[in-house]
This record gives sequence, C-alpha cells and structure tokens, in this order.
Amino acid sequence: MGEIVLDQVTKTFGHVQVIPPLDLQIEDGEFVVFVGPSGCGKSTLLRLIAGLEDVTTGEIRIDGEPATHTAPAKRGLAMVFQSYALYPHMSVKKNIAFPLKMAGLPQSVIEEKVENAAKVLNLTDYLDRRPGQLSGGQRQRVAIGRAIVREPSAFLFDEPLSNLDAALRVNMRLEISELHNSLKTTMIYVTHDQVEAMTMADKIVVLNAGRVEQVGSPLDLYNAPRNLFVAGFIGSPKMNFIEGETAEAHRATTVGIRPEHIAVSTDAGSWAGVVSVAEHLGSDTLLHVQTENLGTLTARVDGEFSVRHGSRVFLTPQEDKMHRFDARGLAIR
Amino acid sequence: MATTHSRAAARLMLSPAVLLLLGWMIIPLSMTIYFSFLHYNLLIPGTHDFIGFANYSYFLTDPAFFAALFNTLLLVGGVLAITIVGGVLLAILLDQPMWGQGIVRILVIAPFFVMPTVGALVWKNMFMNPVNGLFAHMAKALGLQPFDFLAQAPLASIIGMVAWQWLPFATLILLTALQSLDREQLEASEMDGASPFSTFFYITLPHLARAITVVVLIQTIFLLSVFAEILVTTNGGPGYATTNITYLVYAQSLLQFDVGGGSAGGIVAVILANIVAIFLMRMIGKNLDI
Ligand SMILES: Nc1ncnc2c1ncn2[C@@H]1O[C@H](COP(=O)(O)OP(=O)(O)OP(=O)(O)O)[C@@H](O)[C@H]1O
Ligand SMILES: [Mg+2]
Repeated sequence: MGEIVLDQVTKTFGHVQVIPPLDLQIEDGEFVVFVGPSGCGKSTLLRLIAGLEDVTTGEIRIDGEPATHTAPAKRGLAMVFQSYALYPHMSVKKNIAFPLKMAGLPQSVIEEKVENAAKVLNLTDYLDRRPGQLSGGQRQRVAIGRAIVREPSAFLFDEPLSNLDAALRVNMRLEISELHNSLKTTMIYVTHDQVEAMTMADKIVVLNAGRVEQVGSPLDLYNAPRNLFVAGFIGSPKMNFIEGETAEAHRATTVGIRPEHIAVSTDAGSWAGVVSVAEHLGSDTLLHVQTENLGTLTARVDGEFSVRHGSRVFLTPQEDKMHRFDARGLAIR
Repeated sequence: MATTHSRAAARLMLSPAVLLLLGWMIIPLSMTIYFSFLHYNLLIPGTHDFIGFANYSYFLTDPAFFAALFNTLLLVGGVLAITIVGGVLLAILLDQPMWGQGIVRILVIAPFFVMPTVGALVWKNMFMNPVNGLFAHMAKALGLQPFDFLAQAPLASIIGMVAWQWLPFATLILLTALQSLDREQLEASEMDGASPFSTFFYITLPHLARAITVVVLIQTIFLLSVFAEILVTTNGGPGYATTNITYLVYAQSLLQFDVGGGSAGGIVAVILANIVAIFLMRMIGKNLDI
C-alpha cells in the first residue's frame, strides 16, 4: 500500500508562499519523479509528504487515512536524504538496524532483516565498517538499506544521486529502478536532472515555482508538453523555440521543434545557417547553427556528420513534430 | 608538508618556538627539582644543605597529603561531572530557537569573565554567608535554619563555586559542537521513529563525545590547580577539609617558609598530574581520533 493524495496543500515560509494550492495523486506502486529547476519547491513538497515540515493549509492522505498531522515516523514512509544522513559513529549494520531497533523489534528479527537488506544491496562485506570508511555509492546503498528494512509503504528520495560521479550515477539509477521493480513499492523521487526523470519515472511531475506544470508519463511530456515551460524543460538538448513570422505561418505565437526533429543537409533545406559549434559525440552530432533570421538553433544528427565551425548548412524541420504555443505559452492542439 | 624538503623547512621554522617553550619549562622545573633536594627554609638563612629525599618523605607521609590528594580528586571529579552534565543540558537549551537568545547566551557565558577571586568572594559573602547571604535569607523566609555552607559542607561549596566558573566554558564548547550536528541526521532519526530521548542518546551524545573529551582534558588541567577560590573562602579549612595539593604546596612553602618541602610537593603534584593525564588519555583519548 502506498497511495498518497495531496489536497489543496500550501506551504508558506514567513511571508513567502513557496507552494501555492497544489493537488496531486500518487497511485500505489508508482515511481513518481518530481522535477523542476532549483528552488522550485521539490524538496519542500517531499518534506511535506514526509512530515518533516508542517503544511500551512490543505490535507495529505496516505492510503485514504488523513495524515496531515501524523508524526513522520507514523506515516510509514522512508526517506533517503541527499547527504545520506548516515549516523557516522555507528557501523553500517547498526545504521541499517536503527529504525528496527527504535521500533522495538526483537534482536533476532533485526539481524535477519539487516542481513537480507545487505544481501539485496551488496553490502554484506561492509557491515562492520563505519560510514566514513565507505565510498559514495556504498554510502548511498546503506542509506537505501536503512530505508528498505522498514518496509515502508512509500520511499522518498531527495536527489539521492547528486553527490555521485556520472558513471556511478548511471549504475545507481539502474539499481534503484531494479529495486522498484522487485519491491513494487511507491517511490517518490526528487531530481533536477531530467535524464533521471525520463529514464526512471512512471509518472513525472514537473514543478515550477511551486506550481505543478504538468503531470504525465515521460513520453506524454515529451510528445505533448502542455506549455512552454514543460516543453523547454523536458528533453535534452532543449527544444528550439521560434517566434515571429515562421510561428505566425503556423498560426501560433511560438513554435517549438526538438533538435532531433530537424534534418540537416549541406545542400538544401528550409533554413540556411552557419555552424557555430559542432559537438561530435560519436553516437550523434549536435550542431549549434546560427541561422539568418531565426537566431541560434540546435540540431541533432545521428552518427557522424562531418561539418566544422563555420560550415554552411541547411535545416529542415519535420512539420508534424512541431509544437505550437499561444500568447500565454499554452500548447495549441 | 609532504616532501622531505618542506618538512625540514618546517622543522627549522618551528625550532625557535620549541626551544623557547622548552627553556620556559625546563629552567623552572630543574630549579624546583634542585630545591626539592635541599634543606632550604626562609626562616633559617644560609644553610642550603643537600638532604636527599627527606623533603619528599616528609611531604608524602604528612597526613595532610592524603587528605589533599583525596580532596583534589573529589574537586576535579565533582566539577567535571557538574559542568559536563550541566553543560550538555544548557547547550541543548541554548540551541533551541527562543526569544532573547542572544541576551541569554551572553548571560550564560558571563561567569567565565568573572575573576576566580571575585567570583568566590561574591559566593562567600553574598550567597553563602549564614547571616547576610541570600541563601540564608531564603531559608529564613521559608522558616528554616540557615545553612552555613562553608563550615558544614566546605568542599561541596567550593565544588559549586568552581563549577559555576567553568560551566560557561563547557556550555560554549558543547554548544558549538551541537550546532555542527547535521540537521538531516536528526530528521533521519525522526523518520526512523526515534523518540527525543533516543535521538539524544544515540545521535546527539555520540556526536558530542569529542567535544566532551576536549572539555574534560582542558578542565582537568585547570582544575588540578584550583587555588584562588580556596584561598579567599576557607583557607584550606576547616582542618584540611578543603586543602587540595596546590593549596598544600602553597601552605608548605609560603606559610611555613619551607622552600625545599614546597618544591618537593610541587614535583609530587607534577607527577600526579601526569598520572591523571595518562589515565585520561587512556580512557577517553580515543575519542579524539576521527
Ligand atoms: N526553511 C525555509 N525557510 C524559508 N524559505 C525556505 C525554507 N526552505 C526552503 N525555502 C524556500 O523555498 C523554496 C523552495 O525550496 P526547495 O528546497 O524546496 O527547492 P528545491 O526545488 O528542492 O531546489 P533544489 O533543486 O535547489 O534542491 C526556495 O525558494 C527556498 O528559498
Ligand atoms: Mg532540494
């Protein structure tokens, strides 16, 4: 069980309303990712759900029960913090066992659960070490271990991978996804990295200044962004936005076209331009093209594409992949 | 300071300070050791005979010595216990967000700025005096017999005064340590279902272990040589009830003018202090490692 409902929840710090009234429904077993730029209130929202902050107004329900004023430990949620928040003077074993010990379980049960968690997370060899003697990835796993032994109804992760290097991040991303597949527990995951969001989520919640801009599956958001913000935020490299005559020709204030939906040619095409930067990644090539009257556009070409700074190229957008937005920034369908 | 070259340079740079400190320590120490083997009394000028260990045996067999040794340990232990327990509690209190926090913090730290003699005299005359003291007035207001602190519980009274002097120091060090405790750890323990008591014993106290060790070590050094408070309140009495080793050395050399005996006492005090230091490092020194 792990259904979480936020009903008109707001949060005010002093005079600043960080979260305007917000509704959100998280289904049991879902992997939900909160994404948004820095300072948009992702952590605050997660902490409201965890009970580490009090909501100013509104209601939180967990599995149908009102939980707005329930103590954090009683909500049946487990949190993995960005800094891991391991207890530095306790061994890995004691760290993982701590919530069980606080719950007053008998020693034999604790031993067994800790052992199982350690096995799942490949920590068996490190049980007697202190957190200070572990690598970042291992610490991360201990933090996850401390969360899973409680068998919570939902896991809350606050940017758990942001302290890890790129390679390890990819690994841990997979491990967390696998964990979700085997446990089938609700997970709420905060990140500002949209690649993490796209790869892991069943459902993405895009936040901007405390408001929910759009909720949907990763491909929903990619294919049908509801407004300019979501269109610009989801997808890497960023969607190109074009205003002016070209947009008006499509009966819109702004049109957006993703870099991967622009065909590049050296002989002919709709828009002419000069390559300002070419990023050769091997698997694909990113071209930043200075066009004559549309500003700088980014295009992505599969595989090698041998052009250099200063080369003249022609861009042709796939008309059916264009996104149209009105004057208020909302998508026109 | 990794290379041989930089290490040699560092030694060279350090040497003047080390030599100065060494001289500063070695000269008085060797003179004290030298005097401790002489028959050297200011009342009998001229005769500075070498008398071997006579001063030591005289000092160590004096019944006052064991009383003083015991008092010293009681004083150090008592003050440490009060300041550590009180310091931890006060630090936790001061760490809470409250109205007028800045003023309260200054008030708590104030006793540390009061000179020991002044502090002790204030306690003696204004609080503990059985006729005019505040405590006597309070007792009388409640219809009780005033308690003559310095006559009936002299050592406990002195422990109280010294603890009052040192409580701010312990509080200050422990407060800074407390403020360095990661907030996310506290939140994690809250999520893990720890009660405030469990959080205190499993998270806060272990975090404070190192700061407590520092407080114990530093305070012990100073508490072994408490003197002013005793001089201005009880003069070591009644009997030997409040005489500690420091005061005994003072009595020996400056009240009885026996420089040789006082020096022997001083050396004994140095040896005792080192024994205490070794014990302390054995017991709690490991807390200082990371
Ligand atoms: N305790 C607080 N008091 C006052 N303002 C706060 C407090 N905590 C957060 N805020 C404000 O609330 C807003 C949202 O903060 P939050 O930490 O939720 O951002 P975030 O989306 O997690 O950002 P990041 O990606 O940088 O972690 C910020 O503008 C921040 O300044
Ligand atoms: Mg955050």
